[in-house]
Amino acid sequence: MPVSPAITIVVIEDDKQIQRFLRTALEAEGMSVFEAATGRQGLTEAGTRKPDLLIVDLGLPDMDGSEVIRSVRGWSSLPIIVLSARVQENDKVLALDAGADDYLTKPFGVAELMARIRAHLRRRDQMQGSTEQSFRLGDTLIDFTTRVVTRRGVPVHLTPTEYRLLTVLARNTGKVMTHRHLLREVWGPSHAESSHYLRIYMGHLRQKLEDDPAQPRHLITETGIGYRLVALD
Amino acid sequence: MNNDGRPDPDALLEKVQRDEAQATRGKLKVFFGACPGVGKTYAMLNAARILRNQGVDVVVGIVETHGRSETAHLLEGLEYLPPKMVNYQGRELREFDLDAALARRPALMLVDELAHSNLAGSRHPKRWQDVEELLAAGIDVYTTVNVQHLESLNDIVGGITGIIVRETLPDRIFEQADDVTLVDLPADELLQRMKEGKVYLPQQAESAIRNFFRKGNLIALRELALRRTADRVDAQMREYRADQSISQVWQAKERLMVCVGPGEDSSRLVRSAARLAASLHADWLAVYVETPKLLRLSEARRDRVFKTLRLAQELGAETTSLSGAELAPTLLGYAQERNVSKLVIGKSSRSMLARLLRPSPADQLASQIDMDVYIVGHDPEQSAHEPAFPTLGLGSAAPTREKQAGYAWAVVACAVTTLATAGLVNVFDLANVIMLYLLVVVLISIRFGRGPGIFASLLSVGAFDFFFVDPRLSFTVADTQYLFTFALMLVVTLVISNLTASLHYQARVARYRERRAEALFEAGKVLSSALTAGQIIREGSSRLAGIFQSQVAILLPDSHDELLHLFESDHGSSFLAELDLGVAQWAYDHQEPAGLGTHTLPANRVLYQPLRAPMRVRGVLAIRPSDPHLIFQPEQQRLLETFASQIALALERVHYVEVAQDALVNMEAERLRNSLLSAISHDLRTPLTGLLGLSAALAARPQDSVGTELVHAIHDQALRINALVINLLDMARLQAGGVTLNKHWQPIEEVIGSALRACSELLVTHQVETHLPRDLPLVAFDAMMIERVLCNLLDNAAKYTPVGTPIVVSAALRGEALKVSVADEGPGLPEGMEERIFDKFTRGERESSRPGVGLGLAICRAIVQAHGGRIRAENRAEGGAIFSFTLPLGTPPEVSAADAETEEI
Repeated sequence: MPVSPAITIVVIEDDKQIQRFLRTALEAEGMSVFEAATGRQGLTEAGTRKPDLLIVDLGLPDMDGSEVIRSVRGWSSLPIIVLSARVQENDKVLALDAGADDYLTKPFGVAELMARIRAHLRRRDQMQGSTEQSFRLGDTLIDFTTRVVTRRGVPVHLTPTEYRLLTVLARNTGKVMTHRHLLREVWGPSHAESSHYLRIYMGHLRQKLEDDPAQPRHLITETGIGYRLVALD
Repeated sequence: MNNDGRPDPDALLEKVQRDEAQATRGKLKVFFGACPGVGKTYAMLNAARILRNQGVDVVVGIVETHGRSETAHLLEGLEYLPPKMVNYQGRELREFDLDAALARRPALMLVDELAHSNLAGSRHPKRWQDVEELLAAGIDVYTTVNVQHLESLNDIVGGITGIIVRETLPDRIFEQADDVTLVDLPADELLQRMKEGKVYLPQQAESAIRNFFRKGNLIALRELALRRTADRVDAQMREYRADQSISQVWQAKERLMVCVGPGEDSSRLVRSAARLAASLHADWLAVYVETPKLLRLSEARRDRVFKTLRLAQELGAETTSLSGAELAPTLLGYAQERNVSKLVIGKSSRSMLARLLRPSPADQLASQIDMDVYIVGHDPEQSAHEPAFPTLGLGSAAPTREKQAGYAWAVVACAVTTLATAGLVNVFDLANVIMLYLLVVVLISIRFGRGPGIFASLLSVGAFDFFFVDPRLSFTVADTQYLFTFALMLVVTLVISNLTASLHYQARVARYRERRAEALFEAGKVLSSALTAGQIIREGSSRLAGIFQSQVAILLPDSHDELLHLFESDHGSSFLAELDLGVAQWAYDHQEPAGLGTHTLPANRVLYQPLRAPMRVRGVLAIRPSDPHLIFQPEQQRLLETFASQIALALERVHYVEVAQDALVNMEAERLRNSLLSAISHDLRTPLTGLLGLSAALAARPQDSVGTELVHAIHDQALRINALVINLLDMARLQAGGVTLNKHWQPIEEVIGSALRACSELLVTHQVETHLPRDLPLVAFDAMMIERVLCNLLDNAAKYTPVGTPIVVSAALRGEALKVSVADEGPGLPEGMEERIFDKFTRGERESSRPGVGLGLAICRAIVQAHGGRIRAENRAEGGAIFSFTLPLGTPPEVSAADAETEEI
């Protein structure tokens, strides 16, 4: 997929080698890359370059990755992807709750990185100025105006909670939604800790909307973190 | 004492422990009657039959029907444990078979006549001890008891009926019974039954027994039984109330102390104290104070003291023997230390005059203290021929030979003095001559004790009278004044010789005490510096062997609490051969002494003393004294116990030193591992990410085919290193126990889905199927961890099976667990590897070209075990292997009704 040369990406990462391969990979796709080795420097870069996407490493020398994200979210809704080591599950959740859209676990492949970047850029483009009437998810169609969900043309009966959960996920397609975030959005703040509710309803949605609920293609589990709705294969 | 009404933590703990002990212990029900023939056995059998009909597993251990047909009739249809036949004085007698009973283990066992004495050679001397073991083994027991068998009522019943009953039952056994049913029959009816021949009387002792069954006796016995039962009910009621409102229980408790002396009626004193304590619901102590004077008592009388203390212990007292110079202050000090509120002492039987000259201990005590003192009268018949307090028996201390020498010396000394003074009588005044004789007498009594001293004084008086007093060479005394001189001389000698004799005794006692203290000190020094158990045992047993002139062995338990290791004092392999490991094990398990002189197998020639340390019993000390008396004197007994606990303490100390050392080594290893871990996780992963990314970037650039191939190879190798690092890190974390599971209630389906997705690249070469029932319950697990398990299993299945074969992931309920399996149709596991395959660094194939070091399955096992589940591998009958693990089910949290609207209709 060709990307217009105007795409700018700011990478906040302190390791020289990772920086170098990110630059090589991104520039090979025709994007322009600006680098920062510290959180403070990264915030300045993000503020002045007005990038299309931000990549933040969670292990920065001067400040916490989540802090960087929170302060960026203060003035911008640009897509943010965080990079983290494997054992930092809690940091990932904190970063996502602070407003990051996605995460990648080190070590990650270039192909995976590029796929995520493209997905988020596309989502940003779709979101801009559009209040869609309907949403397509494989062979499922959600009509937001009539609140009717059909699968291969046949109406699917969803309970109010299931419908709410599905629309929240659909509005954040491609984005990793933490358990806490979903619970708050669907059930309200008082249920922030009852994650089994979420898991039960997610199971119901899969039963109704997936061909094989045990191997879902759209309602993806991000183990230990939350869920992500994937619209395209 | 605790007067503020707050629960005493110790008391609460005691109650909790009591409740716990009761929960596992069998229940004891006593059918209690006033005398034989009231129908206790009949009532017991009736109760048992009812339970049997309700399906309870009832077995008759032993029941005496005494030929009563009604009773024998009830036995029909009940399972009967075959009695053990014991040969006793040529006759075959039936005896209760404890081992068979323990092996049979019924829910309820009937054991008649709780107070029965077992025949010599049985495990315990008394049947109630057998029953204790049954109860401890969790078997309920029904039994029968007559009132005259209760230890504390023994003398009263004896007084009423004139028959002393030898078979007695400690009151505490009766008190601790869970249930007591009184079987009551009015005296007239009983006599009527006897007339009808329904009560069996043995022929030989008929007249004595007829005496026993007099109406007056029966009424008195019945009253005793009724009163005793009422007391028990009362106590139960109180206990119930106390349990309900705990604050009332922990009020200041009475504590009673009885002072035991060597007198004949001290057992009576102890019984009275027991009754008093029971009626006051008080704890009680029995104390013997060993003063230097009492150390002089004859062996027989000291034995009696020891027996009295034993009796007190049987009756529920805590017994102690103290030592001190004077009786009264020692007793008082101890009484105050133990918060004693009431003191029981025996009445002095000495005459008024003697008491005026020197107050008896009872009088001394009564005058000095501010607690209640109960003085128990003595039995005139018994004390008449034996004074209640010791008299100073003539020299029982020095050996006879030395004493004979002493008399000879007295004669010689008097003769020499007489000869010497005879020549000087003209120079010396008679008064000085007397002084000279006195000197001789004093010297003799100092050197040889009281007897020779008195003898010397008699000789001196005689010689003085004969040779120096006018008329000389005759015993006639002209001047009556000399009679007074003689008398004075005698008195002085007596006083001095008594004084020196008692000095001798005290010196002896002091020497003895010093030796004892020194032995303890030495042993303590050696034991506390010992570094190994072997050293402790060698030192401890050789010292004990010396002090008690015994053969000593120390038995230590192995890790299964079975006594095994033996260490002996002196090349006594014959002694080792003689040891009864069964008895030793009993002592170890029950934490009580067994063998020689104890309640358990007293006929054994070896005493087995458990080595009790604060945390647990550390072993058993086996000791065979050359003379049993050396061990059973109270002070020797104390010394032995002190030694045993010193050895036990030393063993425990060594044990903990070893534990601490292990812990230190572990800590060191842990620190090393942690620093290695952090090094791997940070310093290795960052360059790996770089390596992977850079090689990927390089691969994206146009280059020749060789270059592309090389770059891809580098990328693959980096991926392999990464997988390896992940596995090593996981294993290290799991092994260190530093993993806290992040458990949530969730469907297994979800984690299976995410695992399949994570492994999708590996699985493209295989067909994957999932078999999941739709109604599986939520299970609590750590999703990351279980995903890891599934990924490892899937990875294995993909790696070791041919391309294109199916892999089936399924889940199902299996009892109290959810079972998840991954099945393949590959070559299966090598024979015998099913369990070992989960060990670290073990792989199905030894030398394999396939990547991996064999950590994956070890990690799986660690994770599953951390969840409380099990993992196993098997070969499928239809070919291929199946790996399955279980996760325990629980009660998932409920989804509240507020969300009912979300339920599908």
